[in-house]
Amino acid sequence: MTMPDWHTVLVIVGLTLVTVLARGFFLISDKAWTLPQWVQRALQYAPIAALAAVVVPEVVTTNGNLVSNWQDARLFSALAGALAYFWRKDVLATIVVGMAVFLPLHVAWGW
Amino acid sequence: MFFLRSNYRHPEFRVGMREFQGLAPGIAAWGLMTGVAMVKSGMGVVEALLLSVLVFAGSSQLAAVPLILAGAPVWVILATAFCVNLRFVIFSLHLRPYLAHLDRWQRLGHGYFTADLSYVLFTRRYAQPASDAAGRKAQEAYLAGNDMVNWLSWVSCSVAGVLLANLIPQQWGLGFAGILCLVGILCSLASTRLRLLSAAVAGVAAVASYALPLKLNILVAIAVAVAACVAVEKLAPARAEAAPP
Repeated sequence: MTMPDWHTVLVIVGLTLVTVLARGFFLISDKAWTLPQWVQRALQYAPIAALAAVVVPEVVTTNGNLVSNWQDARLFSALAGALAYFWRKDVLATIVVGMAVFLPLHVAWGW
Repeated sequence: MFFLRSNYRHPEFRVGMREFQGLAPGIAAWGLMTGVAMVKSGMGVVEALLLSVLVFAGSSQLAAVPLILAGAPVWVILATAFCVNLRFVIFSLHLRPYLAHLDRWQRLGHGYFTADLSYVLFTRRYAQPASDAAGRKAQEAYLAGNDMVNWLSWVSCSVAGVLLANLIPQQWGLGFAGILCLVGILCSLASTRLRLLSAAVAGVAAVASYALPLKLNILVAIAVAVAACVAVEKLAPARAEAAPP
């Protein structure tokens, strides 16, 4: 291992503080305030929206463009993984079945 | 936080750990490939290790690495990472009522350790903040249990990825296990019509706005999906509550 570059180490410390700032943004203030009822209701739709917003582009786009070819291991793997979830009610089943579909198609078949 | 005795001695801590265990392989694969990707793009081993262990946020790490290597100004690197992390700002708003009784350092500690999946699992188990002290303690301990499994699987596998970068082929696409993990949790959340609507709107919006820089498409997608659900709730309150057919 080579000596780290100190400038980079400082940047990494800064990035750590950015993680704290982002994940703790609304936890910083000590003032007692409560969220309006409608905001609290609205936020219950945020977790699934965040997941879909991360997942869907990773499955259906390549370099920002919608897949134009159905021969893509990700499509079959995600579909199989979703079905596996509803079959076993277990996220581990999604990962195992999804990868069992993904790896042969992607590595051996080149999809 | 998981290293506090009052959390790890609480029975809910174990429940939180157990419920996170099924997701750990996904986090592990994602951490592993993030470690590999950082080294393959030219990051030094020590710097890559520090990034994984301290920054603890895969998407902002991957966004920062090319900027660091290109010698970009520090404020550009930090601002980029913050923008990529903006979804966490929304999560922190959601978490505030659950943690408001703690002192500031504990609130920020919980915030730091709560990444995407522990946030999702926590709000899935507890739709409402507890109203008494015992309930609040149980919720805190559950969150800490989630966070510990998440942190351990992320950090151990990122470190492995950094150290073994040259042995692990990127073209196998092992990181897709992380996406599958999210697919599974998404299915587990899809229990009402409005949640399905939220997922569908967010998915379409995220693809449609993919061209935005700094992963702002994720933020746009969350905002549009939440707004759509609130609007539907107002217009058709009875049907919206129903479970999907």
